[in-house]
Amino acid sequence: MTPEGGYGEGGSAGQDAPQTGMPDDQRAPEGAPRAETLPDRDPGTVGTTSSDVAHVGAAAPPAVPESEQPVTSAGERHDLPPHIEHPEKARGWDEAVDLEKDPAVIPDLAETHVPDELRETIERAMARYPDRRSAVMPALHAAQAVHGWCSPEALHQVAAVMRVTPAYLSMIASFYDQFNEEYVGRHHVYVCTSVACMPKQPRRVLDALKREAEAEALEDTEIRSFECLGACDMAPMASIDGRYVGPLEPGDANEIVESIRSGRTPLPGRGLGDPDYRLPWGGRA
Amino acid sequence: MLTELRMLKNINVPGLAGIDVYERVGGYRAMRKALLDMQDDAILHELEDSGLRGRGGAGFSMGKKASFIPKGAMDKYLCCNADESEPGTFKDRLLMQKNPHLLIEGIIIAAKAAGANKAFIYIRGEYELQASILEKAVDEAYAKGYLGENVIDSGCDVDLVVHRGAGAYICGEESALLDSLEGKRGNPRLKPPFPANQGLYQGPTLINNVETLCNVPDIIWRGAEWFKEVGTEKSTGTKLVSVSGNVRRPGNYEIELGMTSADIVYGLAGGPPEGRSVKCWFPGGSSAPVLLEEDLELPYDFESMAQAGSMLGSGAIIVIDDSVPIMEVALSVARFYRHESCGKCTPCREGTNWTVKMLERMDRGDATPMDLEIAAQVQSNIIGNCLCVLGDAMAMPIGSLIEKFRPEFERHMEEARRRNGIDLNGLEPATLASDDHSGPMPTILESRATAGHVIAVTPDSEPIA
Repeated sequence: MTPEGGYGEGGSAGQDAPQTGMPDDQRAPEGAPRAETLPDRDPGTVGTTSSDVAHVGAAAPPAVPESEQPVTSAGERHDLPPHIEHPEKARGWDEAVDLEKDPAVIPDLAETHVPDELRETIERAMARYPDRRSAVMPALHAAQAVHGWCSPEALHQVAAVMRVTPAYLSMIASFYDQFNEEYVGRHHVYVCTSVACMPKQPRRVLDALKREAEAEALEDTEIRSFECLGACDMAPMASIDGRYVGPLEPGDANEIVESIRSGRTPLPGRGLGDPDYRLPWGGRA
Repeated sequence: MLTELRMLKNINVPGLAGIDVYERVGGYRAMRKALLDMQDDAILHELEDSGLRGRGGAGFSMGKKASFIPKGAMDKYLCCNADESEPGTFKDRLLMQKNPHLLIEGIIIAAKAAGANKAFIYIRGEYELQASILEKAVDEAYAKGYLGENVIDSGCDVDLVVHRGAGAYICGEESALLDSLEGKRGNPRLKPPFPANQGLYQGPTLINNVETLCNVPDIIWRGAEWFKEVGTEKSTGTKLVSVSGNVRRPGNYEIELGMTSADIVYGLAGGPPEGRSVKCWFPGGSSAPVLLEEDLELPYDFESMAQAGSMLGSGAIIVIDDSVPIMEVALSVARFYRHESCGKCTPCREGTNWTVKMLERMDRGDATPMDLEIAAQVQSNIIGNCLCVLGDAMAMPIGSLIEKFRPEFERHMEEARRRNGIDLNGLEPATLASDDHSGPMPTILESRATAGHVIAVTPDSEPIA
């Protein structure tokens, strides 16, 4: 049989054709399992009749009907050992996806209220880059400054101006630490607890701040540890709404909490960039 | 010993961040020389001849990197990596805050040499003060005609955009930085193609650290020979080192490469506080394997650090004194990288997570010496198996900590076990099995959860429980 003869001749030739058509050295060894695996994608089966297909199908193990497959309900998960906790689990980890929902499309700018200043900031940012999508980070920074967080409304507005889907923005916002997709507060106090600060015991400062904020019922403020703020010479230090202050003592907590509450600049003279800021040993930073 | 400061010479001149003061102390003259009097090749040659090595961590020759950019008319880009996020590093912060025009001048010259007409400074999101200072400086440079179209009538166009990041350490990795700049999640790319061929927006892209670019104006103005006067043969010039941790005078210091490490830690930074001694030190940021006190005798340059099994990295020296438990150091490092792993590659995503879990278990006393072995083995399975080196950046210091401080880890585990009254279900506590490490590593065939422990089962033994 010629190689061509093997192809598309129909009938029972279907399964044997590829073997016959190959040079000897490429043939599968005797007894190799081929009937079950070959026909589906092999050119040799182009002309196979429906009876062949049915035969092949019968050789494969019968598929379990979908209705009989085990279902994992939201309550019982089998993929995690029960003792493993997920203190830093991903957002939405335990929430079921709503497959009924329509995908969000690019919002129409004409139908979306966007504060003029925000729209102009985003448009200016888009004009600066060869690709407008490069402006997502400046745009999200700007939107977060207006809304306090990357709320669904904020993402909707940015999406309308940038002509991208809200999902695209959510993808970006969820990746970066500084974009909050959940409301955490207007004020952000980050205490650096990374390895270079760690010898100066920043946890004591962090704990004092948290205690003080709770005792004083300070609202609208996120206080948390942060991974290296790049000011290890000021350790232990904190970034209070973007302003670096340090070195801190647990005793500074009260002053910091009070100044956040009253809208003052905390610890004047002890912030990086303040005139005549000096490290305790006299060095400049 | 460096007799006079080079990069930091004028750093404390009041108002240096303004363009007028900067020009008064000699600023932008190197730019004029490069743009008006020098050919691109001559600039590249000067940079290569100077031996300037990248100051961001990898230490690759800057001139060579710039010369990899293909010639010809196409969109080429220059990115300044100002995403200084390596724990312990704060040198670029100083340069951008106090001397932003030095960086801008370096960018203009490098952009001209590489043929790039669009430049970006990717600055980490936490540096709000520095970003606003840079933006102001960029505006000043535009107003003076140093940026924009036809810079000082040289026929060169250079646009510069300050791009703020948003708190992702991984964006300091060059290909992740490019993705982030393109408006994507900051995930590293497969290399090759290298950014010099296909970088930002698929165009050839030169990526350099802030400090590297800040060296460029002086090399062009004073020449490569002047630059090479200090330093060692292979580590030329000066370097900014950020010294932090348990030292009396933490801060940024400009040093001549090849200076003895002890002179930096004790001489410049004052050494650990009274009555304390150096337990270990990170010579190049938290991703460098730790060195011990006796290694302070080594000269501080790229080669010596590499020979000692560590690296010079970003030049961030973190000193840990004997008051700090080594477990805390290891946990702090591992937690940082777990938090910052982007999740793209499995060894890094899972390896950082498991390392933290194992260390936490050891910290509680809920572990055996075998966990220490497994933790060390996990590290060696991460190294070299990911698209970028973030996983390696955890694995190297953790591996070196376990290797160099094994008795302390074991003591810590045993003390914690007794303190917390943990019953290991018949498993050997830390102190008993610590003598023999010569046997083959157990291969884990299965692990299963029993009473809160993951128990390893070796091929030829009963389950150890």
